[in-house]
Amino acid sequence: MSYKAKFRIWRGESGEGKLEDFTVEVNEGEVVLDIIHRLQATQAPDLAVRWNCKAGKCGSCSVEINGKPRLSCMTRMSTFAEDETITVTPMRTFPVIKDLVTDVSYNYQKAREVPSFTPPEGVRPGEYRMQQVDVERSQEFRKCIECFMCNNVCHVVRDHEENKPAFSGPRFLMRIAELDMHPYDVADRKESAQEDHGLGYCNITKCCTEVCPEHIKITDNALIPMKERVADRKYDPLVWLGSKIFKRAK
Amino acid sequence: MDNSINIERHEYDVVVIGAGGAGLRAAIEARQQGKRTAIVCKSLFGKAHTVMAEGGAAAAMGNVNSDDNWMVHFRDTMRGGKFLNNWRMAELHAKEAPDRVWELEAWGALFDRTKDGKISQRNFGGHEYPRLAHVGDRTGLEMIRTLQQRVVALQQEDHEQHGDYEAYIKVFQECTVTRLLKDGDRISGAFGYWRETGSFVLFDAPAVVLATGGIGKSYVVTSNSWEYTGDGHALALLAGANLINMEFIQFHPTGMVWPPSVRGILVTESVRGDGGVLRNSEGERFMFKYIPEVFKDKYATTEEEGDRWYTDQANNRRPPELLPRDEVARAINAEVKAGRGSPQGGVYLDVSTRLPAEEIKRRLPSMHHQFKELADVDITAEPMQVGPTCHYIMGGVEVDADTGGASVPGLFAAGEVSGGMHGSNRLGGNSLSDLLVFGRRAGAGAAAYVDALPARPKVAQEQVDAARTEALAPLERSSGENPYEVHHELQRTMNELAGIIRKAEELTEALEVVEKLKERVQLVGAGGSRIYNPGWHLALDLRNMVLVSECVAKAALMREESRGGHTRDDHPGMRPEWRRKLLVCSTEDGGSITVEEQEQPAMRDDLITLFDRDELSKYLTDDEMDEFDRIAK
Repeated sequence: MSYKAKFRIWRGESGEGKLEDFTVEVNEGEVVLDIIHRLQATQAPDLAVRWNCKAGKCGSCSVEINGKPRLSCMTRMSTFAEDETITVTPMRTFPVIKDLVTDVSYNYQKAREVPSFTPPEGVRPGEYRMQQVDVERSQEFRKCIECFMCNNVCHVVRDHEENKPAFSGPRFLMRIAELDMHPYDVADRKESAQEDHGLGYCNITKCCTEVCPEHIKITDNALIPMKERVADRKYDPLVWLGSKIFKRAK
Repeated sequence: MDNSINIERHEYDVVVIGAGGAGLRAAIEARQQGKRTAIVCKSLFGKAHTVMAEGGAAAAMGNVNSDDNWMVHFRDTMRGGKFLNNWRMAELHAKEAPDRVWELEAWGALFDRTKDGKISQRNFGGHEYPRLAHVGDRTGLEMIRTLQQRVVALQQEDHEQHGDYEAYIKVFQECTVTRLLKDGDRISGAFGYWRETGSFVLFDAPAVVLATGGIGKSYVVTSNSWEYTGDGHALALLAGANLINMEFIQFHPTGMVWPPSVRGILVTESVRGDGGVLRNSEGERFMFKYIPEVFKDKYATTEEEGDRWYTDQANNRRPPELLPRDEVARAINAEVKAGRGSPQGGVYLDVSTRLPAEEIKRRLPSMHHQFKELADVDITAEPMQVGPTCHYIMGGVEVDADTGGASVPGLFAAGEVSGGMHGSNRLGGNSLSDLLVFGRRAGAGAAAYVDALPARPKVAQEQVDAARTEALAPLERSSGENPYEVHHELQRTMNELAGIIRKAEELTEALEVVEKLKERVQLVGAGGSRIYNPGWHLALDLRNMVLVSECVAKAALMREESRGGHTRDDHPGMRPEWRRKLLVCSTEDGGSITVEEQEQPAMRDDLITLFDRDELSKYLTDDEMDEFDRIAK
């Protein structure tokens, strides 16, 4: 039932650090976050990790496990071989604060730059009338738990710090799409998506969709339709290319 | 390293501690009333425990059944709380919840809809009509995101007007408050540390709103997140405020117990509603042994009859798996204590023998997904292991219903950290609406208080110095006791001795252990630096958890009856003479808790006459019934 697993965990602060080796007990049914907690309680009390709900609902515990962005609370130990060394590192796109904790303020800054929900004048609370079918498109995007793994994995910024000022990442491009598809939003968001948030940088490789723990079809349902809306005004060769290569989800 | 002279210092009108539903709604209100507002939260902005809420927000909008109104909601809430609720809070809550939900929609929330385009409402336990506004099973997330985005919208307004997003409302995320500061009787500010750097921060503010949630992390098995360490409860006590109803804790009978990674996570009651049966380690369907006398004629006494009920409810009685939550939780507890539990300390809940696999996936999709992803358990083929889990504390800071004001001038509280609204037991769905209604009221209360202040209270330097010394102490004992071990012992003690079923000897023993743990908390040490050091953070949180645990155990020992979220094995049954007794916890020295009885004011005439005489007679004393008869005439 129980065995000793080999972990390599990135440790360090203030820009310096290295991978440290640990051997730690693993019991049946545990997830990676359980093992990190065991390390804190028994070997490394100051090992820093962000977490909160431990049920895949808050999006706090994003790390990279063997190089892949994952929620550590949803990654079961049984998905690894017992003799496998498991490497846990912080998200690569954001500056490390300490150990597995990164500075994700980039995301909060971008969130603030997306103009808020803008209802038409004169509709009072309680007067909103929307059909289920019309809210469902935006509801899909509102499932987002803001784990920021899509922004972490996106190659536009992953190793390109210089693109960060001009690019808001899949999370906030999806937020713009969500508002654009909101039945009561009257703001014009097309130009801003392209000019202020860098929608044109996205070349629909779908890395964001692949890592989304909520299985939101970010590329197919948010980014490509948003590109098409923009393209109504402005020609974007990638939209044309995308429509030839990828089958659209319903 | 900072010394107390050059600690980072901020001046605000209102400081809100906690960024869940109540905290954000309070902050929005304070800012909308023109106050400079700080939101201080332990986690990242948008991660608060509110995101875990699934069911919905109860509000009598009458969208699905037009017979619903605030009076029906008020009655349901009082019934759910076994008539111990602060009736004024229950009244305000029922009246204002619809406006608070509609307001979210105007801020961009997208609730599920009815056919005619209104907000859809679902049925829930204890609510007479479909009443819960919801978004699938992720209503809490929708609420947090909407409020978070409303805060951002206000910041954008301020940016436009003042050139600074943070001119009037700023979020201090991953920042923990360890002490409230006072100038004489009044609040003058708050002291805390940045989790990221470990450096200290001082808020100079005349008003503080506590919105820190609950205390679940004092228990091993809980549905609560790590933040639920009773911070607001303890900060209030240490600032001289009172806590009420601390003996009332809601344990949900079916939380996951296995595997360890998901211990405490809720298993919805619908599993039993759809035919799930409970069995012990011997394979016995044990609930038939636990049907109490008062329910004997309402529940099936044989498995055959119970099984027939699922297809023919008119001619059969319901199976005892569907007894009230406290009964089921008590039975599970007894089986485990008798040595007939599952290997991991629960019992088996099996729906796979009742329904075909496809039907289970259709009816219980989120449960199927939850067990598959987290536990590697296929509930269509094998049983789940479940046991009671600490879910919600009804008790909290004693507040004025209208303003959220505590007895300490300048201190306000809203949401789970406040007490009274839910009486001895909270109805599902009443939590999210509580956060909105009383978050707004506390924000408005704080703003009005600041407006009426003749002079701004001053922060006393010696209090800042003391808070700084207290916070640094664990780091100076780097070879001290392991905080994780002390925490674990507290959790085990509370779970075993002050949990779902209580008795005098066990509560007394719990208090003895807590007394010893208090001493050990003084000795815990944290190695490492001040930068994002979880061992240090836990060492500081322990003070709060121990203090709050003492409140729970002491109040539970005093209340010699069983009511709602307080079950005494040695005092079964409700006693009408206890109904209007509130147990008030306070501390003189910050070290030990005093509990005193206080009488709750009688319900206003126009509210008590909303109930039938027959119903009231089950709860009220003879004298109170005489009084009711005089009013009702």
